[in-house]
Amino acid sequence: MKVLESLRLAVKALTANKLRSLLTMLGIIIGVGAVITLMSVGEGVQAYITTQFQSIGSNLFFIIPGSFEQELKRPAYLTLKDAEALRNPLDAPDVARVAPLVQGNERVTTPGKDKRVDIQGVTPDYTVVRNWYPRIGEFISAADNQGMARVAVLGQDTADYFFPDDPDPTGEVVRIKGIPFRVVGVLEQRGGSSFGSEDAVILVPLNTMLSRIAPRRTNRGEPRLSFIYVQAVAEERMDAAIEEVAQILRQRHRILPGEPDDFTAISQSDIIGTFQQITGVLTVFLGAIAGISLLVGGIGIMNIMLVSVTERTREIGLRKAVGARRQDILMQFLTEAVMLSLLGGLIGIALGAAGATAISYFLRDEGFQAVITVGAVVLATLFSAAVGLFFGIYPAQRAARLNPIDALRYE
Amino acid sequence: MVHPSDIVIWIEQLHKIYKMGETEVHALRGVSLAVKHGEIVAIMGPSGSGKSTLMNILGCLDQPTWGQYTLDGEDVSQMSEDALAAVRNRRVGFVFQSFNLLPRTTALDNVLLPLVYAGVAPRERRRRAVAMLEAVGLGDRIHHMPNELSGGQQQRVAIARALVNEPAIIMADEPTGNLDSQSGKEVMEILQRLNRERGITVVLVTHDLRIGHHAQRVLHLFDGKLRREEMVEAPIQAVDTVLEAEEEPLP
Repeated sequence: MKVLESLRLAVKALTANKLRSLLTMLGIIIGVGAVITLMSVGEGVQAYITTQFQSIGSNLFFIIPGSFEQELKRPAYLTLKDAEALRNPLDAPDVARVAPLVQGNERVTTPGKDKRVDIQGVTPDYTVVRNWYPRIGEFISAADNQGMARVAVLGQDTADYFFPDDPDPTGEVVRIKGIPFRVVGVLEQRGGSSFGSEDAVILVPLNTMLSRIAPRRTNRGEPRLSFIYVQAVAEERMDAAIEEVAQILRQRHRILPGEPDDFTAISQSDIIGTFQQITGVLTVFLGAIAGISLLVGGIGIMNIMLVSVTERTREIGLRKAVGARRQDILMQFLTEAVMLSLLGGLIGIALGAAGATAISYFLRDEGFQAVITVGAVVLATLFSAAVGLFFGIYPAQRAARLNPIDALRYE
Repeated sequence: MVHPSDIVIWIEQLHKIYKMGETEVHALRGVSLAVKHGEIVAIMGPSGSGKSTLMNILGCLDQPTWGQYTLDGEDVSQMSEDALAAVRNRRVGFVFQSFNLLPRTTALDNVLLPLVYAGVAPRERRRRAVAMLEAVGLGDRIHHMPNELSGGQQQRVAIARALVNEPAIIMADEPTGNLDSQSGKEVMEILQRLNRERGITVVLVTHDLRIGHHAQRVLHLFDGKLRREEMVEAPIQAVDTVLEAEEEPLP
């Protein structure tokens, strides 16, 4: 019997009992729908994180004091002199720019407003390495830094909070720890990121920060940095730049060969890789749960196929009497099972895609977009067909093995 | 003596033993018979006589435990299941007491079913099935479902199905058992007419002597053995009048 014939028969059998077919498919529909939604959202999260960190810049890395992997004997610091050493073009030819940074969180006031805000002490290079420029006004200049000027550049959120009615707050004064700072610029809006809004910040000159706001020093009296942004000359030179920076810092920190670094270089691809690993694990885990519901759906199909074989015993007997071979009957019932699961799978894909789209719609303000990949759709299709084959084979074999005499006599 | 090529069914010392748990049931105990082309033969016997077993073996639904069965010149006593399926498809047509039509399937689709398994092309299937339905007087009912047809009409669909692949024999198992006497007559008339006009061989299994006497020969089976062979001098002719105004010759 031809394949087309089996398909025609399967369509006929399934449409003869529409409600039952639909209910049988429901398990597969839900399973595949869940798989597609979860995989799409997982992909979306990865894409979201990737774009979030891409705003950092692909040829940028930063160095933080301390180590994630090793326990250190001495406290680890990064100093201003470390940052200056990295600027040496002979020792570090692949380093284009160095932007040391000190972070703090201080009480900021204006007449009638009062809030704790993240304060970052930065150098003029910061705006270039972060690719983040003032929307209005100007950025902190080298002279500001040298002269420890009391000037501030506001993030958009901070500007909105302290000067809600003023589209251009340059020239206004904010008090940080009670010290008045003149607002010279407002940064472009960056939008939300995985760590909350980057726009809720105030930038001040690094030296001003070190002398007036966060006078942190090492035990040798050197100013301490929170971390250092380093921009490589090109993306391809990232590894070389990281290596050069490590060499300089090891030398400066007098780290003997074999001893661990007391600093850590983190690049954008490191962070993205870590997050992708996490979301990847989550996706696999959720996918496994969805897989279980597919399994349950498959058992539902097997159950109904067994019922169907019993109900149609006489039909099977008659088909055998008029010349159907075992494989003809096997194909007939197997086609039916696969068609059930495949159809359920396709409906599930549509439903899953709709679910993913709905989630994207609700999270559109966050810039989140679920990604329905061809891979997920192909996988779901193949998987549902496989479920049909696997759970259909036993009922089909039972049908094929029926003895025509007994089957014809069956009441 | 008859010439071997005239013989369509040839069985020799047929035995069939069923195992029912520990006990063995000896359903057939050495049956031998021959049926010629174009004959109508009735097999009769009380229940338990083995006539269903014999009928199943003759129809290639079952195989003998011992003995030889040659159908239309082919030894079918030791065939594989699939080979037997092919033999049933090409050489045997079944007419059952309970019709056994597929529900929710038109008369046409029911009739062309054997042709599906014979691998006949769809257009040819349809042509032959329509011709066969016309031959049994149901040319105007080809798209009816079984539940839209009377018992007699359903059995005629079944006869058309049995004949559509031009088999060597028709196995008719109590073909009138579920019908009123009028419809029963119609069915017997069609079988006799097909036998007369097309030379179709019919093996009739029945417990009703009046139906049995439509055959030219009646074989009486008892306790798994052929007890008596009765030649019917003048088989009952189901009257042609039962078919309303349908006198057109068969194609």
